[in-house]
This record gives sequence, C-alpha cells and structure tokens, in this order.
Amino acid sequence: MSTAAASTAYDAHFRVWRGDTGGGGLKDFTVEVNEGEVVLDIIHRLQATQAPDLAVRWNCKAGKCGSCSAEINGRPRLLCMTRMSVFTRDETITVTPLRAFPVVRDLVTDVGYNYAKAREVPAFVPPPGVEPGAYRMAQEDVDRPQEFRKCIECFLCQDTCHVVRDHEENKTSFAGPRFLMRVAELDMHPLDAAADAGLDRKTTAQEEHGLGYCNITKCCTEVCPENIRITDNALIPLKERAVDRKYDPLVWLGNKIRRRER
Amino acid sequence: MAQVERQQWDVVVVGAGGAGLRAAIEAREQGARTAVICKSLFGKAHTVMAEGGIAAAMANVNSGDNWQVHFRDTMRGGKFLNQWRMAELHAREAPDRVWELETWGALFDRTKDGRISQRNFGGHEYPRLAHVGDRTGLELIRTLQQKIVALQQEDKKEFGDYEARLKVFQECTVTRVLKEGGRVSGAFCYERESGRFFVIEAPGVVLATGGIGKSFKVTSNSWEYTGDGHALALLAGAPLLNMEFVQFHPTGMVWPPSVKGILVTESVRGDGGVLRNSDGKRFMFDYIPDVFKEKYAESEEEGDGWYEDPDHHRRPPELLPRDEVARAINAEVKAGRGSPHGGVFLDVSTRMPAEVIKRRLPSMYHQFKELADVDITAEPMEVGPTCHYVMGGVAVDSDTAAARGVPGLFAAGEVAGGMHGSNRLGGNSLSDLLVFGRRAGLHAARYAADLAVRPVVDEPQVATAAAEALRPFSAEGPEAGAAPENPYTLHQELQQAMNDLVGIIRREAEMAQALEKLAELRTRARRAGVEGHRQFNPGWHLALDLRNMLLVSECVARAALERTESRGGHTREDHPGMNRAWRRVNLLCRLADPTGGLAATDPVGGQIDLERVTTDPVRPDLLALFDKEELVKYLAEEELYE
Amino acid sequence: MATGTEPHLKKGTDPGGVRHGTRAAIGAAHLRTDRWWVQPAATAAGLLAFVVYSTWRAFADSDYYEAPYVSPFYSPCLAENCAPMRDGPNWEIFGSWWGLSPALLILVFPLGFRLTCYYYRKAYYRGFWASPPACAVAEPHATYTGETRFPLVLQNLHRYFFYAAVPVAGILTYDTVLTFRDEHYAWGHAGLGTLVFLVNIVLIWAYTFSCHSCRHIVGGKLKHFSKHPVRYRMWRWVGWLNGRHMLLAWASLVSVALADFYVYLIASGAFDDPRLF
Repeated sequence: MSTAAASTAYDAHFRVWRGDTGGGGLKDFTVEVNEGEVVLDIIHRLQATQAPDLAVRWNCKAGKCGSCSAEINGRPRLLCMTRMSVFTRDETITVTPLRAFPVVRDLVTDVGYNYAKAREVPAFVPPPGVEPGAYRMAQEDVDRPQEFRKCIECFLCQDTCHVVRDHEENKTSFAGPRFLMRVAELDMHPLDAAADAGLDRKTTAQEEHGLGYCNITKCCTEVCPENIRITDNALIPLKERAVDRKYDPLVWLGNKIRRRER
Repeated sequence: MAQVERQQWDVVVVGAGGAGLRAAIEAREQGARTAVICKSLFGKAHTVMAEGGIAAAMANVNSGDNWQVHFRDTMRGGKFLNQWRMAELHAREAPDRVWELETWGALFDRTKDGRISQRNFGGHEYPRLAHVGDRTGLELIRTLQQKIVALQQEDKKEFGDYEARLKVFQECTVTRVLKEGGRVSGAFCYERESGRFFVIEAPGVVLATGGIGKSFKVTSNSWEYTGDGHALALLAGAPLLNMEFVQFHPTGMVWPPSVKGILVTESVRGDGGVLRNSDGKRFMFDYIPDVFKEKYAESEEEGDGWYEDPDHHRRPPELLPRDEVARAINAEVKAGRGSPHGGVFLDVSTRMPAEVIKRRLPSMYHQFKELADVDITAEPMEVGPTCHYVMGGVAVDSDTAAARGVPGLFAAGEVAGGMHGSNRLGGNSLSDLLVFGRRAGLHAARYAADLAVRPVVDEPQVATAAAEALRPFSAEGPEAGAAPENPYTLHQELQQAMNDLVGIIRREAEMAQALEKLAELRTRARRAGVEGHRQFNPGWHLALDLRNMLLVSECVARAALERTESRGGHTREDHPGMNRAWRRVNLLCRLADPTGGLAATDPVGGQIDLERVTTDPVRPDLLALFDKEELVKYLAEEELYE
Repeated sequence: MATGTEPHLKKGTDPGGVRHGTRAAIGAAHLRTDRWWVQPAATAAGLLAFVVYSTWRAFADSDYYEAPYVSPFYSPCLAENCAPMRDGPNWEIFGSWWGLSPALLILVFPLGFRLTCYYYRKAYYRGFWASPPACAVAEPHATYTGETRFPLVLQNLHRYFFYAAVPVAGILTYDTVLTFRDEHYAWGHAGLGTLVFLVNIVLIWAYTFSCHSCRHIVGGKLKHFSKHPVRYRMWRWVGWLNGRHMLLAWASLVSVALADFYVYLIASGAFDDPRLF
C-alpha cells in the first residue's frame, strides 16, 4: 500500500475563490492529489507550490476546532473533514469562502456576527448559596445540554441558515441556530438560576434572539459536523418552551394558580 | 514609517488557550484592564484537542485520593526533575480550579451520586481525571470563553462597553515583547487580517502560547505551535528551562499522510486496545523496564484480567508511561516488524464487540472513519509516535509564574517549564493550565497595580520591531536579484531535520549535525521572502514564525546534546540509563546576544548559550511522602543524606 | 494585489443575500453540483398527490362506509347526513343543518395537526415555498419574517392540534376494533381490511406520539429528569419515536389514504373484502 501511494497520485482540477472585499472570482488550479488526502491538504499544497498567499483558516486538522469552514461544491463543510475520495477524479472541485458572512480575503470571512451574537446571550447564572465543589447534578439531567456543548463553533449552521444567509437584514434580530442552541443549553442546564434572577430564557429566546424566524427547515442539522441534532433537540424544544410561556393558556393558568399557592 | 497605533492596558495575555484565558479571567477579576492576544479565532486554541481529562485529586471516585498522592504521581512521572514547588501547588489547587469551572457553567460527566466523575489514566494511582467523554479540552476552552463573555457582559452593564476592561484581539500575533530598562513595557503585534501593526503598552505580559510541536515533522500540534512564547521570552532576556524534554505520544495516526501525527487517545489502550507488530505479537511484554517489573503483567492472560478485575491483576504493559511505549514502538519499527506505513498495529477490533467500541470511543471511531476511511471495529489502526508536548519552557518562579530575570514577564501552561519535569502525565496539562494560568494572571495584575511609574515604550524599539516584521517583503536571494527562499520549503526542511536528528531517540553525532543544519536554515531564513501583500497572508505569517521555530529548535538540540543521560522525554542511545547525578541539574538556555538582536549566522556559537544550574533540594515533608527504597532510585547520594 | 479582481457589485443594484455587496463576489445563487432539487420536488409531488386525493374523497360524500369498515376520513361522523354505522362513531352533534360532506367536520383536526407539524412544516416550506429550496441554495424571496407574524405565528398552536389528534386516533382505534366483525356485525371475524386498518392505526398512533409537542409535554419541558423517573422514561420512548418522525409522517399519510381507498373500493363494489376468518 505504501508504494502504491505514488502510483495512485493524480492531478485534480480545483476552482478556488480568490479575492477580497473589493471583488474577486473563481480561479482555476491543477494540483496533485495523493491517496488518503482531504481538501485542506490540497489547499495547503496550493499554498506551498502555487499560491503562497492563499488565505485560509485552519488549526487542528482533525475536525475538533471548527476553523476551516468553507463551501465545497456549494455545500458548507469543514475542509479537513472532506476526503478527496468522495469526488470522482475528473470532477472539478469548487471551494469558496462561507457565503453568509462578509469576505475578508480568499477563503477567510469575517465571522464577527457570531461573536456579537454570543455576547447577547446572558451567561450561566450560578445557583445562589451553592459553594464550588457542592454542585450535584444527575447524568440524565446533563445529557441534554452536553449534546449542545459538543459544538465546535465552526459556524457552518450559521452559514447555511437561510434566515441570515439570504437576508442580510435579519442579522440584527436573529441569533442563528448556534446561539439559539446556546439559549436552549442554558435553559436545560440543571442548575442555571436565571429564572430566579428574573431572566426567563424561554421568553427571551423568542423576543430577543429571534426564535420565531426559524422555520425548522433543518439545514443547520444537515451541515453539523458534530452531528448535533440542533433542530430536534434544541430549536424545537425551545419553541415549545416559548409556547408554554406565550401561547398555552392551560400552562399559563396552571402557573398562575401554582404561583399564588406558593 | 507611519505612526503605529498604541493602546494602553494593564496586563496583556499572549495566547487564548486554557492558560491564557484563565490568566485573563483572573487578571480582570483582580481589577486589571486586560487584553488577550491570540493567533486564531477566540475559542479555537489547541486546548480543544485535549481528550482525556483534567487531573485533580477530588476523590469523587476513590476516597483514598488526596493532593499528596497526586503530587507523588506527578514527581514519579517526571522522574523527579519537576520543580517540586510547582508540582505541590498544582496538586493542592487543582480541585478548586475544577470546581470553579462548574460555577461558570461547565458540565462534566457525573458519578451516580451527582459529583464530577473521574477516570483512570496512565501514571495516576487513582481515578482522577474529570472529563466530558473524550472532548474535555473543548469543554474547558468553551467554559473559559463563556466566562470571559460573562465578564464582558458585566462590563457592558457597568460601562456600556463590552470591551471596557477585557478585550480579546483575535487573529493577532505578537512578534516582540518590548522593554524599558530591564522591565517589560508592552508588546508589538500585527493583525493577521489587515497586516496592520499595533503596540500594546502594558507593564505586565503573560505568555501562554503553548508548545513547539510545529518544529517537528510528525506532530499532534496545530500550526500555532511554533514556540512563539518561548522565543519571545528568550528575546526579552528570560531563560528557558530543560528544553531537551519533548514528549512523544506513542500513538499518533501514521496513515494516510495527511493525518500523520494526529493523536489516538490513550483511552484506546485503557479500554483494552493492544499493540501488535507485523508478526501479530503483543510486543510490549518484551519492553517492561526493571523499575516497573513488579507493577505490570507478565502474560497476556494476566494483562487481560486487569480490565475486569484490576485489584487482582497487574496492568498490561500497553499502559506503561508514554515514553516507554513510544520507545518500544520505535524499536519494533526499526527492527523491521512495523506495519506497512511505518507504525505498529493498535487493535481494538478483536478485543471488543463493534457496538462497545462505538459507545466507548466515539470520537476515535469517527476520526478513523472520516479521516482515514478505516473502520476500527473491523481492522486494526496503524499508529506511531508523534511529537506531542514540550516539558521544557520559560523558567518561572513557582509561586508567581514570573519569568526569571525579566520583571513584568510571566508564563503559564505549556510555555512555562518545570512543572512536569522530564515527562508529563496525561491529564496534568489541563490542570496545569488552570492552576498556573490563574497564578500568572493574579501576579501580573498585582505587579501592574503596584507599579508607581509605568515603563514607557520608546519609538526606536517599535521601529526596529516593525522593520523586522516587514523584512520578508523585501527579501532577496544570496545575490542581488536572485529569488528569495520559500518559507514553506524552509519549514519543511526544519521539521525533517528535527524529526530525524533530534527526535525520539537521540545520538551525539546526529545532534551536532542538527545544529549545523539549523545554522544553515537560519542563514537562509533571513532571506525568506513572500509574495502578495500584508492582508491575511499565510506565507508572510510563516516567514515570521520561522524565527521562533529556529530559536526553540536550537534550544532543544543544544540541551539534548548536553544532557548525557536518558530520562523521561529525552532518550540518548549513547547514554541509555538514567543518571542520578543529573537529577539536580537544570539546563538553562539564553540568547547569546543579550541585546535581543538576531545575529548569529555562526554555526558553532549559534544564538543560544547553555548554562547548568543546580536545583533547590526537595522540601523534607514532601520527600517523606516517598519510600526510602524509591528515593534511592532517583536521588543522588548527597541528596539522600542531606 | 496578488489576485485579479472583477468589478465590485454596484450599490443600489445589490441583489442581497449571498450576492450582498460584502460577501464573496460570486454571481451564482448556489454552486451545488448534486441533484439538490430531487428532494424538494419529490416532497412537493407526494404532498400534492395526497392533497388532490384527499380533497376528492373529502368532498365526495359517498362510498365511505361498508360494514364493518368506515373510512378514517369520515370517522367520527358528526352530522345527520352520515351513512348509518351500527355501533360506529355516528354522533349527530351537528344535526340536520349540515349539508356538506361530514368528512369536512372532522378532517379539520388531523389536517391541522399535520399542517402545523414540525416535520410537515419543513417539508412544505422547502417543497412549496422554496424557503429555502435546499441547504445553501438561495431562496427566491426578497424578504423573510419566518414564523414571527400572522399567519405563520399560528404554527405555535401545534400542541392543541396534538391534543385534538389524540381523541381522533382513539376513535380510529375504536373503528379498528369494530373491523373484527363481519358484514352482519357478528364479532370474531376479520378480513383483509382488518389488517389494513390495523397497520394504519399503529402508524397513526406512532406518528401522533412521535410528535415534537408530545415529546415536550411528556417530559421535554422538565428541567430535572432525575426527579421524574417515569416521565423521563416516557420522554426517552417518545424521543426514540421522534427520531423517526419524518418516516412515520409519510407512512401514516400513505396508510390513512390506503385505508380510505380500501373502503372506497369495497363500498363502491369494485372489490370484495377477502375474509380471513
């Protein structure tokens, strides 16, 4: 097999978007591909041999840091987790930057939107009176938020979500799947004391983070490299929780009575 | 040159991994206005790659655990070369640092009674690693990141500005720590996105830049690990400690080439994976060193019994410390009994049902399936040693994390040396980050607050730093008009040389050869040129990082050549045994030219001076934690009777 | 500049979305090379076929009862103009004034349940509205407000349709029990139709219980599963079904149409129900 590596090398045809805020376009490259390589390897080969200033973000190269997000043949993907073997040898492979965010240069985009949204989600509220070391939580209670904490913040879900991808103007009012999932995570955290501090995450999910914009068309789930079931386990449960607060008279009445009893 | 923008902060933290973020949180909570500078996006630091867990003697799973046992394990793992005071502080404070994470929202796996679950790991006597499946590092980085955001939200409420007292400069690089007199005055930085230079004026600088793995060809480290902090400290006049100790993790992927070096977690062996050579033999039974003979199984039956009943069986030799396993694999491959791609076989497929593998090792299953198209439930993995961690680093004061000899400079995490001695135990790095990250932030903030007069950044220093950074754009070949050197080529040659000549098994002649090669590369690196402009230009970034890699590589090579013994992460073929006399010897690397200038194209003298220093004796109450018979193996005669 | 540049999109003619001025200058609405349109097209075709069929059957007002089978479209039958069904759910709540097909009275509920269902929403938003047509394929609409405004804000009422769907499924279960009679209402018999009804009712229940609102109500709304072990088990069970919600949505849609069509065939005399025992 090791000797076969050389003989299985072939030249692939790539189209890579190059440019910056001033404009740009798809540029053609012919580049060598060896057995077992991923798209990021090819981008690196372009850097080392043909385009030393080709801008790309990457870090761990093992699908754990979420840096090398881009679009390959029009689909949002991690460059390091897309094996060349999924393409045919005569196929032209198109690599572009994420198309929902402002471009910086080549494959690098300005993902500042995501960091701005992250700041708008109120942080975990520690339970008052519980000392560090005295936190007790059952595994079945942390299972749900733990799934969401697998998120590597590659922002592919934010990129593919049509709410902001196709409508720039919605960026002010919509947090995007990643950060709605963060709201869900905190609302499901067994010890989050936001409610006692007067913060109702169920209501703010809709009123401040734009949950209502989501039309659950599941593209976020489709592109998630961590296979987090964003829509089914975070967004829809969050929508149901918002309904509890705002549209369910039975629950509303029940809460009213119980609160009075207390 | 146009005026370079200046900003004033109290503390600047270089690096946004676990140590950097923990330092920044502490400094800000102490009231210091704190800036964090990191090469990548916020939250992408290499800490996310840590899989196993955070070692802390919380005694949640085994009540016999306490900080003394943890201290003992750490010293044994480091073969007694650790700065014992650091190991002590680390073992004492780690539980508090873990519990604190929970108050910031971290969600660790739980025990039945709702506490933080702890798992077994190589070298730890009791189950000690707090973990979240096999993504503990991600949980750590995300928790710290979210705590930073929480602090920024507080500032937003109070001052109307998220970044009033704590700001993260993401995708920025520091190329020089600036000084006035002997003291730190700030940092010279460039923004990767625009290529714009800026200066941060701050009396306290915390280095938290991680390791040096990118100087080696096969490494589990990402591109960021170019030894920036090590080099910044050297250039600022601070010494590096024991740089010869580089940990090679025994199991990195070896195939396909694109993923060569990526880590295969130790849990694979902890859960029953075995190492075999091309003859199908479990060769680790042939490599149990005498000091470990009583603790490891002699037969496959006995080793296999351990997984189910650890009280009545000795553990299988696949679970020997990392350095032992790495050397054994290396020896098998050299003897011609390796796998097709130059590793050995790590097999779980014949040891557990497919369902169990997928449940216990989800991310490994995923990693091999997605990256190598190998189904680990059906066939063995091919693995080999990969450069993983550097134990050596900036020589610091154990209590304050202050770099020796440079007031205002602090270091924490992998960039700091001493804590792990000659070999780091798995799980001790994440706890190290938290314990010493906090201490560095705390003392940097205090230092800044106590200063009556702030050091000033003078214009000539800034101009020099800017000229140095711009050099690659005007580089020329050896003769005028000739093509400049390609930084990518230089980097590849450096990695190859370090891997081949200063790698896992070291020989005197090869290391001498390495120093010559480094001198040649240094000369050529001064001619490294780049195309294009300053905006997000990876070729330029690499050309600048080359300076750092060449500096730390020389430190590693010189120190390794000097230490004529084998200990932990330093193995000399020509000096195979551990020598008790070397226990008290620390090797310090300093810049040969104390002005911090980069001259030295001289292959013999080089850029680095080496100094031998003797360490302080271990405090008696700490020594009393060990049996006399054990101490005899490590300590020199005169130490024993002191 | 190292790279050649094309002219920047002029302001004022900025088409927005992926072709917004700040984004990477790429003219194409998408660069997908796979057959991304197959799925929305198939979904739209499938839903359309059901709409056409069910509209015809709902308004037909005939051939929906042949002892012992009643079409699920017409059960329970709530008007006086229903075909008499012995022991069947024949409740004349609406009396004689209702002149249209009695199916319309009851179909509102299952229709509403499916129309507001989280899966069907995805299906028709993609298939009919092209919002979006497929992932990373630009949608053709200039503005988008999602489910924030009337009428789509009413999608939040899904759980009430779930509440209504449960008794309807209960009645269909009763209908299925009644199929263990022969055409003379004697108990202890079954025909091929009994099997059709059985399969249908199992799928109807599975679809109903796999509902996201159901998952929320039985346990999803809780903060601490550990304090509610029974509801936790129910939540996990519903969660297992919920993972197959799309499959169950289609399977039950087809089965309910088939059950109706089966009744139509035997009621119109096109086919004789083979008796098993």
